[in-house]
Amino acid sequence: MTNTAVTANNGVNVEALLGAREALTAAPEAARFVWRAASEWKSGTHTQSSVQRFFGLGEEQSHKQEYVYDTDHPEIFASEDKGSTPVEMVLVGLAGCLTAGIAAVAQNRDIQLNSVTATIEAPMDIQGILGIDADVRNGFDSITVNYRIDADASEEDIAALVAQSQKRSAVFDIITNPTNVHVVVNK
Amino acid sequence: MNRHDDKIARHAGIIDVIVIGAGHAGLAASFLLSRKGVSHVVLERGEIGNAWRERRWDSLRLLTPNWQTQLPGFRYAGNDPDGFMTSQELVGLLENYARQNAAPVHTHTEVTSVRRVRGLYRVATSRGEWRARAVILASGACNEAVIPKVASDLPDSVTQLTPMQYRSPAQLEAGGVLVVGASATGVQFADEIAQAGFDVTIAVGEHVRMPRHYRGNDILFWMDRCGILAEDYRQVEDLARARRLPSSQLVGSNDRAILDLNSLRERGVQVAGRLMGIHNGQAQFSGSLRNVCALADLKMRRLLQAIDEFVAGDNSIPPAEKFAETAVDASPVLLKKLGGDAIRTVIWATGFRPDYSWLDVPVLDRKGRIRHDGGVVDAPGLYVLGLPMMRTRKSSFIFGAQDDAFAITDHLFNYLNTHKRSDANVVYQYDSGAPGYRRSA
Repeated sequence: MTNTAVTANNGVNVEALLGAREALTAAPEAARFVWRAASEWKSGTHTQSSVQRFFGLGEEQSHKQEYVYDTDHPEIFASEDKGSTPVEMVLVGLAGCLTAGIAAVAQNRDIQLNSVTATIEAPMDIQGILGIDADVRNGFDSITVNYRIDADASEEDIAALVAQSQKRSAVFDIITNPTNVHVVVNK
Repeated sequence: MNRHDDKIARHAGIIDVIVIGAGHAGLAASFLLSRKGVSHVVLERGEIGNAWRERRWDSLRLLTPNWQTQLPGFRYAGNDPDGFMTSQELVGLLENYARQNAAPVHTHTEVTSVRRVRGLYRVATSRGEWRARAVILASGACNEAVIPKVASDLPDSVTQLTPMQYRSPAQLEAGGVLVVGASATGVQFADEIAQAGFDVTIAVGEHVRMPRHYRGNDILFWMDRCGILAEDYRQVEDLARARRLPSSQLVGSNDRAILDLNSLRERGVQVAGRLMGIHNGQAQFSGSLRNVCALADLKMRRLLQAIDEFVAGDNSIPPAEKFAETAVDASPVLLKKLGGDAIRTVIWATGFRPDYSWLDVPVLDRKGRIRHDGGVVDAPGLYVLGLPMMRTRKSSFIFGAQDDAFAITDHLFNYLNTHKRSDANVVYQYDSGAPGYRRSA
């Protein structure tokens, strides 16, 4: 439905998103995307990864530039701490995805956002990754995202924004649901 | 079953309309066709009300109160308008309705193919072929159980049942039961199986929560009264989504009980997220349970708020009630062992779909759904009835199918009028303004 009296401006082009949704409903094959990253071991636990190219809308696509990320471990792990830990990168991905979703849904519902901040906590028992206790999993016990949202909307409408954002979030789905992972070694 | 054999022998003639299916929708359409003097037959693969007769669990009652069981020319006149009839009571009602209206039903006549040849529909059946100028598909929205792909990964030691196969807890072997799906079907199964003493887990994805009753009346009374159930398919913001909405968490029971995830927890049912996979003999559930519950709570509150706004200022209505948020475990279960001494039975309450395998007219979309505009199918003279959100939010209910039957046959009369038969010596004159064919308000 077109909203004739849109007043909110969250910097999200909802018309373009809705247009894309309509176009991809008609041409579902164009909706097949492939996301990519490349990585290179540097030294110790330091790895550098980069993203630039991806596939979508039936052809090769590219970010405006290459983005580079360093992952490492902190000094208490006897590492050099040249970047965030990989598990922190997962939290970064979740925060980015959920918050982008909140902005998009807010725009679509004509809700002006004034500020959106979140802190994420994810407890982990590292007996798992250290192989001390086979009953302890490697990953997080759970993840808690705490949002603080200042918006021109009721508490209920803000709760609905956050719920809808989770419902449509790729990273939320990736974390909450199993995915087959194929790790292969090429000659 | 031979009383119609003479008619089959004379099937060479062309009739105006063939109605496929003698459930509530097909019989409603037949009533309106008869009232207009339109020649037609109703083809039924089993007996009248077949789906309700054979393929439903023992405890099943309608989700709608009796007073909402309305068909053209029929209003509930029993002594329990706010009660919920059993499926067998509905079968009896439909049989009476068909008899009283002398509906031209051919039972045990299974349609094997519908084709459109030179502007006519050829309907092949287990008992010969008919030709007609128009066809109404009233074969129902729930012919087959939808079973997710993960079903094939279940260990052989686990018994799988669909709602078509499930009858009552008495048929289940001892051990844990996993009910997959939390629409009306799933919550009803989980509730009665837990009451029978089984250890039950329910896997919950997106669902529609609503209390059976609110502010002194049935929730469907209010949704009807507020105009929510009459919401037109052309006004709905996201029609595709509205059409695939799961059925509300409701049960029609004598005690008008509210059935939701909270009441299931009180019964001892373990509530898990959506079933996402089966790995190493374990069921894997989604970690999104809290959010799907939050969404359902939000939507329920919005519905109740709409009712509150509707009755605002009327002091004769009992005050607004509050319902507790859906309680979710601090760490909802993510893995559950299958087979052995754990879960022995999985019941797929994961929805239904219509069967159009016999429909040889190119009107299905890539997902196998029929392309239609409010029941007017994307082929001349072809109509459908009884699909969810077909014309309004109540289309999946009996009294909604009634309204839809009026609308569809109106369109059909017009179609027959403008596509007059040239091959017969009788030309019918239809006049949609004729007395007797006016909906009673």
